[in-house]
Amino acid sequence: MTRRTRVVVLAPALVGLGALFAWAIAGLPAFGDYRGPYGYVLNRIVVPLRHTTNVVMGTNFDVRGVDTMGEEFILYAAVVGVTLLLREETKGRRVERRTQRLRSDTVRLGGVLMVAAGFLVGIWLMAFGYITPGGGFQGGVVAAGAILCIFLVGSHRDYRPFRNEHAFDPLEAVGTGGYVVVGLTALVSGSAFLTNLFGYGTTGTLRSSGSIAVLNWAAAIAVTFAVLLLFAEFLETYDRPLAPEDT
Amino acid sequence: MIPLQIVALALVALGAPLVVLTRDPLRQALVNGIYGVSLVCLFVVLEAPDPALSMLAVSGIGYPLVIVAAVARVRARDRGREDE
Repeated sequence: MTRRTRVVVLAPALVGLGALFAWAIAGLPAFGDYRGPYGYVLNRIVVPLRHTTNVVMGTNFDVRGVDTMGEEFILYAAVVGVTLLLREETKGRRVERRTQRLRSDTVRLGGVLMVAAGFLVGIWLMAFGYITPGGGFQGGVVAAGAILCIFLVGSHRDYRPFRNEHAFDPLEAVGTGGYVVVGLTALVSGSAFLTNLFGYGTTGTLRSSGSIAVLNWAAAIAVTFAVLLLFAEFLETYDRPLAPEDT
Repeated sequence: MIPLQIVALALVALGAPLVVLTRDPLRQALVNGIYGVSLVCLFVVLEAPDPALSMLAVSGIGYPLVIVAAVARVRARDRGREDE
């Protein structure tokens, strides 16, 4: 197809899409005009019912817990897919790489501090997910990202413990499966799947929100190790370390 | 809409075309990270801290790594071809 034909085909399509888009935008509710009843209902009931001060978490892990379970398995499937796709090619290439280190002490010191600070922030986001903004997903990605900094400021050798698939595969499965187990526990005890068990505790403390806390930790474990496994697979695709003098 | 929200929205509107117009994939990963931070600002200004945290984690950590890994792999493959 020549460039001219392509433009001829594209132009009416663009005009049509533009018209539909403008129509859709014109029909939107005004900025900040929220009409759905769910947000108002949740805002009113979640804190008194579940003692969870972060309503988002109360929604994700309790009111809408089954959806979040599906999302956990989407992540699980994504990691399995990436691992299967990349492993075949990276398998034979697992040679010991030259250890390259950053020359600047300032960058290394800053990086090491970032590992510590990032990991702490990650754990904090996980632990207080149902009290303040945060939660297992965000905390898991932040913690895994902090661990990745070890690779950036250190070397392949420093990072090797965090590429241990034999240890991380089961841990990820424990996180993902733990979610289902909590749901099944409710089912076995005679109530509906994922019914909130274990008492609601005192609002605004770590001992609140019942099984939301357990589900949050299950998600945190699943996400942390899922992201670490993803990193491990992707880092295998590097032929050489990221150290600047090696370029 | 308060002025702060307008500024945050304008930053996002400015950042998105910059990402598209950056040609070098490696540089694009970097610009995309900065664009992600502008989205984080927008979410915070719109009082949505939870998506802001997700966005920060994904656009700051996860996504750049995937892009950089892909770029490194493609370049290594190109280099391998040149050697043949």
